[in-house]
Amino acid sequence: MGLFDSLRKKKKQEDSVQEDSVVEKKQSVFEKIKDVLEVDLGTVEDYKTVPNNVDELKEDVYQKGLEKSRSNFSNQVNKLLANFRTVDETFFEDLEDTLISSDVGFEMAMKISDQLRNEARFINIKTKADAKNMILEKLTQVYENSGNDEDIKMNFSSKGVTVFLFVGVNGVGKTTTIGKLSNLYKQQGKKVLLAAADTFRAGATEQLVQWAKKSDVDIVTGKEKSDPASVVFDAVIKAKKNNYDILLVDTAGRLQNNVNLMKELEKMKNIISRELPEQPSEVLLVLDSTTGQNAVNQAKLFKDSSDVTGIILTKLDGTAKGGIVLAIREELSLPVKLIGLGEKITDLKEFNSEEFIYGLFKDLIEA
Amino acid sequence: MAFENLSSRIQGALKNLSGKAKVGENDLDLTLREIRLALLEADVNLQTARSFITSVRTKALGAKVLDGLNPSEQVIKIVNDELISLMGEEAVPLNKSDKIPTIIMMVGLQGAGKTTTVAKLANKLKKEENARPLLIAADIYRPAAIEQLKVLGKSLDVPVFDLGTEVNPRDIVNQGIKEAQKNKNDYIFIDTAGRLQIDEELMQELKDISDIAKPNEILLTVDAMTGQNATATAKGFNDSLNITGIVLTKLDGDTRGGAALSIREVTGKPIKFVGEGEKVDNLDVFYPDRIASRILGMGDVLTLIEKAQTDLDEKQAADQLEKLRQNTFDFDDFLDQLKQVQNMGPIEDMLKMLPGMANNPALANISIDPKEFAHMQAIVQSMTKSERQDPNLLSPSRRRRIASGSGRSVIEVNKLIKQFIQMRDMMHKFTNGKGKLPAGMENMLGDVDSSQLSDMFSGSGLPSMNAGGGIGGKVADLAMKRAWKKIQKNKKKRKK
Repeated sequence: MGLFDSLRKKKKQEDSVQEDSVVEKKQSVFEKIKDVLEVDLGTVEDYKTVPNNVDELKEDVYQKGLEKSRSNFSNQVNKLLANFRTVDETFFEDLEDTLISSDVGFEMAMKISDQLRNEARFINIKTKADAKNMILEKLTQVYENSGNDEDIKMNFSSKGVTVFLFVGVNGVGKTTTIGKLSNLYKQQGKKVLLAAADTFRAGATEQLVQWAKKSDVDIVTGKEKSDPASVVFDAVIKAKKNNYDILLVDTAGRLQNNVNLMKELEKMKNIISRELPEQPSEVLLVLDSTTGQNAVNQAKLFKDSSDVTGIILTKLDGTAKGGIVLAIREELSLPVKLIGLGEKITDLKEFNSEEFIYGLFKDLIEA
Repeated sequence: MAFENLSSRIQGALKNLSGKAKVGENDLDLTLREIRLALLEADVNLQTARSFITSVRTKALGAKVLDGLNPSEQVIKIVNDELISLMGEEAVPLNKSDKIPTIIMMVGLQGAGKTTTVAKLANKLKKEENARPLLIAADIYRPAAIEQLKVLGKSLDVPVFDLGTEVNPRDIVNQGIKEAQKNKNDYIFIDTAGRLQIDEELMQELKDISDIAKPNEILLTVDAMTGQNATATAKGFNDSLNITGIVLTKLDGDTRGGAALSIREVTGKPIKFVGEGEKVDNLDVFYPDRIASRILGMGDVLTLIEKAQTDLDEKQAADQLEKLRQNTFDFDDFLDQLKQVQNMGPIEDMLKMLPGMANNPALANISIDPKEFAHMQAIVQSMTKSERQDPNLLSPSRRRRIASGSGRSVIEVNKLIKQFIQMRDMMHKFTNGKGKLPAGMENMLGDVDSSQLSDMFSGSGLPSMNAGGGIGGKVADLAMKRAWKKIQKNKKKRKK
């Protein structure tokens, strides 16, 4: 109940804040329009303020875009409840559908609705609100239970080099994430080295080199189509010799069912641990938030081959909310550590589990 | 391969009906519930899954009993027909312009595989039509995206037009098209940057590019692993750009591929190609009927046959057959066969295209090391000329010599020799007309020689394919009948 209550409280607070801010916003939009109008007629000085205002207006649009996507899951549940009459088999079947179609994961959806089927016998459910609360409580409860002892912080080595190995299927955003992360650590005053161990995809090394330039960090590269393990080896040796704080290793995207490529990954990891015992500190699975049920397979197989320690959820600025990570947490107890929210170098945030679940369920909670 | 998990679930659901002389409403609903869950589990969109089930139910209840089909088979047939109609009836070819150039524009989310698909498609056109495409690099946002296209262009020997990252994509496209007209390129590919369908500014850029280029084809690239969001993406892109087709990528993963089923329904636009690997020739035309039968576990016999036809040299096969008749099939021929089979792609993929095989539990965990072919080759190549022609010469000491010569163990050498002998005997039987292929196989193969298929089996040391049985067998039968019809149709076409 703890989390559920705190979410409620949060909603209450936000609602009251929102009411105020809506009034404020209305005013400010009005002001902005007035500003713009004045500029058209006004002086050169006024003109300087326009770009700012336009930016702000744009931001409003962007916020609205996010809003649309955020309410996706909640819409589904609300739609389900709109047809609510009594708690019967049809209701639970609809619930199953709703949960699955929110990418919560098939197994998890079945589990939740089975549990609710049992529990509903003991609770007297008459109204929509009752049903809603029952569902919500269950969801938060499941979420809370699976999140025990979760380690959502990035682990650093106490002395010597810290190595992070990035793995994932093709096109999920590994290289982009490393680019963002290198900038972050550089800003924190750390000595960062990148290893471009994606020697397979055309232009991948070049892509990381450009990120290295952008965030002003060093990089180790290899020849195209050369053994990626050799790049990793060179990078580890260099990191050791020149006392780097952090080594970020980029790998080529690979589908989890490709046995040989998964073995290649294992080899890279072994080289790191051989040269630097206790490393890599983190093996991070980069996951595209638009991925469906297949994400569970990805997590399973990557965990098997390279002992993944955490997940980075990318492309959360789209319309998908990555509900599948709930299933991954539940089944494999892999925590999400970072989230990617866009293409800018600063669009990488630490994962806040409460906020994430709040985002998923927000519109369902009634204060 | 994709769709397997989906197919095993749907087949499981249909098993409930097998052997029933009468399918009541209750049985049907139970089965349909299973199918619905299977679809949802495979990432098929909720709305799509629901309407699919409703229409199967209406048709199944109102269906007249057809000749030669029992009620359960009939339900399967309805599911199959509905699957096909869901994915589009027929393969849709690329839109082409009356006069050159044909302009093809690629759009999609980040990381869906646009650039890779451009390279694959350009390669396909080059190979099949001797096309001279020009690739326009219009992704100025992602670091090194242009570089990626250039490297791919270079490896395919296809020119790439770019103006660096400082120029507006609209101008790049404009100038690129002029360049193509000057050089008389017959195809133009526009590789755009990945973007979210809700990013209004970047979507406007695409609209502008589309206005400038007036492309004959706007292909939306979609990652086959996408979940429920696939429909939102497809709808977003379609609403603002009016796309003309879809390319489904990364289908070589273990995704259930449900996206394929829903996107077509949501956009009404055909899936034209599927990407199934990282190599530049891993791009196939999307055949809805073949995928439907793969989902139902009927196998994808047609694709297999087509592969066999293009990749197996017919004359060579005929020569070998002649040799076999005289029982002179030797290790050189064996090696030759291996190479030809190898050219067709990973053996486990091909096996799964056969009816009843996709679901064979014995095959579920099988993975044949591609190196195994290389090992076999090494063993044969370590034999002397006379040994290759007469396996009876292979005494234990010779086998030891071959083992050390090829760097394999004696056990492996023995295994290979045993396989060779099995294969020779089996082929001998077939050519003398005593062998038995699984029912229907002989007819169906028509102009492909049956021995080619059968030796693929013995060559890989797998049990023959009487597996499947039960419902699988019946389903397979259906597939065979259809395949046979199609072959006859093709034959007629050729004669005209």
